[in-house]
Amino acid sequence: MESLPIPLDYFTLKALWWVLLGVLVIGFCMMQGFDLGVCILLPFLGKTDEEKRILINTVGPFWEGSQVWLIIGGGAAFAAWPYLYAVAFSGLYLVLFLVLFSVIMRPVSFKFRSKMPSATWRSVWDSGLFIGGLVPTLLMGVGIGNFLENGFSFQFDDMLRLSFDGAFFDLLTPYTLAWGVFMVAMIVRHGACYLAYKTVDPIAGRLDRVITISNAAALILGVVLVYKALFMGFYFDRSMPFTDGAANPLLKDFSIIKAGSWMHNMAQEGGLLSRFTFLLSFPILLVVTFLASFMLPRKALFWISSLNFVGLIGTFGLMTYPFVLPSKHLGHSLMVYDAASSKLTLFIMLLAVVVFLPIVLAYTIWCYRVLRGVITPADIQQNEKDLY
Amino acid sequence: MDTVDLSRLQFAVTALYHFLFVPLTLGLSIILAIMESIYVMTNKPIWKDAVKFWGMLFGINFAMGVATGIPLEFQFGMNWAYYSHYVGDVFGSLLAIEGLMAFFLEATFVGLFFFGWDRLTKIQHLLVTWALGIGTNLSALWILIANGWMQNPVGSSFNMDTLRMEMTSFYDVMFNPVAQAKFVHTVSAGYVTGAMFVLSISAYYLLKNKHVDIAKRSMVVASSFGLMASLCVVVLGDESGYSASQNQNMKIAAIEAMWNTEPAPAGLIVFGIPDEKKEKVHYEFKIPYVLGLMATRSFNKEILGINELVDIAKKRIKNGIPAYEALRELKKDRHNQEARKIFEAHKKDLGYALLLKKYTKISKHVSDDVIAKAAQLTVPKVSLLFWAFRIMVGLGFFMIGLFAFSFYQCTKRRFMESKIFLRVAMWSMPLPWIAAEMGWIVAESGRQPWTIDGVLPTFLSASNVSAGNVLTSLIAFVVFYSILFVVDIILIKKYIKLGPTLTQKEA
Repeated sequence: MESLPIPLDYFTLKALWWVLLGVLVIGFCMMQGFDLGVCILLPFLGKTDEEKRILINTVGPFWEGSQVWLIIGGGAAFAAWPYLYAVAFSGLYLVLFLVLFSVIMRPVSFKFRSKMPSATWRSVWDSGLFIGGLVPTLLMGVGIGNFLENGFSFQFDDMLRLSFDGAFFDLLTPYTLAWGVFMVAMIVRHGACYLAYKTVDPIAGRLDRVITISNAAALILGVVLVYKALFMGFYFDRSMPFTDGAANPLLKDFSIIKAGSWMHNMAQEGGLLSRFTFLLSFPILLVVTFLASFMLPRKALFWISSLNFVGLIGTFGLMTYPFVLPSKHLGHSLMVYDAASSKLTLFIMLLAVVVFLPIVLAYTIWCYRVLRGVITPADIQQNEKDLY
Repeated sequence: MDTVDLSRLQFAVTALYHFLFVPLTLGLSIILAIMESIYVMTNKPIWKDAVKFWGMLFGINFAMGVATGIPLEFQFGMNWAYYSHYVGDVFGSLLAIEGLMAFFLEATFVGLFFFGWDRLTKIQHLLVTWALGIGTNLSALWILIANGWMQNPVGSSFNMDTLRMEMTSFYDVMFNPVAQAKFVHTVSAGYVTGAMFVLSISAYYLLKNKHVDIAKRSMVVASSFGLMASLCVVVLGDESGYSASQNQNMKIAAIEAMWNTEPAPAGLIVFGIPDEKKEKVHYEFKIPYVLGLMATRSFNKEILGINELVDIAKKRIKNGIPAYEALRELKKDRHNQEARKIFEAHKKDLGYALLLKKYTKISKHVSDDVIAKAAQLTVPKVSLLFWAFRIMVGLGFFMIGLFAFSFYQCTKRRFMESKIFLRVAMWSMPLPWIAAEMGWIVAESGRQPWTIDGVLPTFLSASNVSAGNVLTSLIAFVVFYSILFVVDIILIKKYIKLGPTLTQKEA
């Protein structure tokens, strides 16, 4: 197989994998987003034990499959962008540690929660679900905010040993925390729209309020945060000579990375008008979503909410290309050109995705079809032993 | 303790803990599929009750498996960042394929398994259960190909421009003989665990004269599946030993506490007390010729002893130093063709030269004393390996005997006659777990001082994070995992006591 010629050139493979990483993040937001949202809403929408059980069982059969999108995101980063994986996971050790423990709580909380009748037992696992939904969402937003505002404080020595010199609390600025709240709003909205498919009154009757509040929050925060992002950040100076070669962040001329603004970065890429159009479309999308919530049925809103994630990640990608992870030590930043895996690995991984992702989507859709429909109090009472 | 030691301890704790739940998932998922196949073929409701009962226990265990598996994926990046970018090209892609092929499959179909009984036809639900079982086994395949590559890094080479290992042949990585043997051996161990779990609990019910119909039928499935699996484990264990003798000489020598090369064919030490300071085994009880025959499959190939292997390591360290120096030259001038040639000539020993970093900077002026010290690093912990291996093998043979006897009893339809056998079967429940953990200790501790055998030493692989951070996460894991373990046992015990619910009363 090593003699098999690879039909795509190295740069195309890198660009494709940059897009694919974005696709996997979008997939994660769309798929796991709604069950994270439901878990965050658990204490607010579930007033009785039975109502809480209904909420848990709306996502019960699906949440584990959705979580694989998170695992794949990490796995794809490890496989295609090993520098990104190494820097982000070790540099943000305490952040990842908090995310990890929140995520560990989820499978055991889902599975164990209703296995004992005690109210104390159940409320412990309910807290686990709530934390498991809230903390990863908040920290994902904080991560995006840091990427845009400051970059991360890492550098390499000449043997490519990584060192990270930021402190945990440096990561929490008003801007980044606002991003955290924004992500929570987007995720909560997504969860509430999902529940339109899966619940009846009285829970269904409470959804409108949640959707309106989270919609407004997402609109206001989204417009402000994206606008501010245009004027902060870094840019890749395309006026300087650059060769797209081996994957080694130290090989580039360090001064090619400059502090500046993401808007300037987009201008460097050329086609500013088309980029700007896409950029404007995300705020427009937020406005449309807000208005649509008053005009369209709630179920349709779920798909518009999903589209919002495409807009969010797409906008983020277009603003920041070709940065994979910016560093405060500018030259050490990870770029699409120099942080990827080898040509063979990128190609093998591309084949794996092209073959398996359609299969995964096919049986995932079948799964949702088989288990479609609402969860009612009667369902809980009749299937006490079998349901979560 | 420094960052490297704490990170190693944390990985050992989290990995051994994860492997408390994985083998049961592997084995029980197949047993569920077998039992449900029997249900669909015979249409007898008692088999559906069996699937739902064992499925309940499977679910509790599966949740623990998922919860403890995620920290491992995260941990490579968090605690082993240098390793991650050094070998991510190969190792990362194997993990990503595991996700695409296996995790999606098992995670999606486990939901349908529990929630789909009333929505799916009999055949559809059976296919769901088989998909679940195949998913768990595919997951094992890819992670073991990844671990196999750590033990025997084929299909890859060091790139002097990117300063990392890169894949040169995906085919070689997939069909690595170490990985193939390891896969069949490990999933067989999982099948033994699943079978023993079912056997022990069924024996408990028969002793208490409760749920007898399901217990008898479960015992039949467990005995046959267990007998096949326990034989497989030992045969493939032998295969693993053979491939280790081809590729990981030091591991075999350490397992056998063989400090000096013996004339072929070497004898097998069944029992003894290794003395690492004196480099001999006290009170050894040896079977002549057996080790040589098993490990080399020949009468005249020698198995190299630890001291001979250390001498070879010294030579490899010396030979690797020019490669490292060539890399230094290349950093100054990337177009230095002379340096590139020297690197190519010496690159296979670069990993050995890296061992020197534990004591000094690498240069051609390093003294022979320091080289000798660095070569000694290639010797893993002999006593630990010696005993872990023998405990594992001893238990393995015992379990073959147990399953064989149980199988025989089943063929004679003698389920409740021998109370002694039922008690032995019941109390044997922990044995597969002990054997499996011993096996992983042999595999991983035997690979030290390397994370990638012959390529990257463990002490260079860790992240540049403070020891305080790692201590925090380690303590958090220990506390959290202990609580979860207690909860898991409480729930498993509760559902064993409750027993299966029958949909129909049998006559």
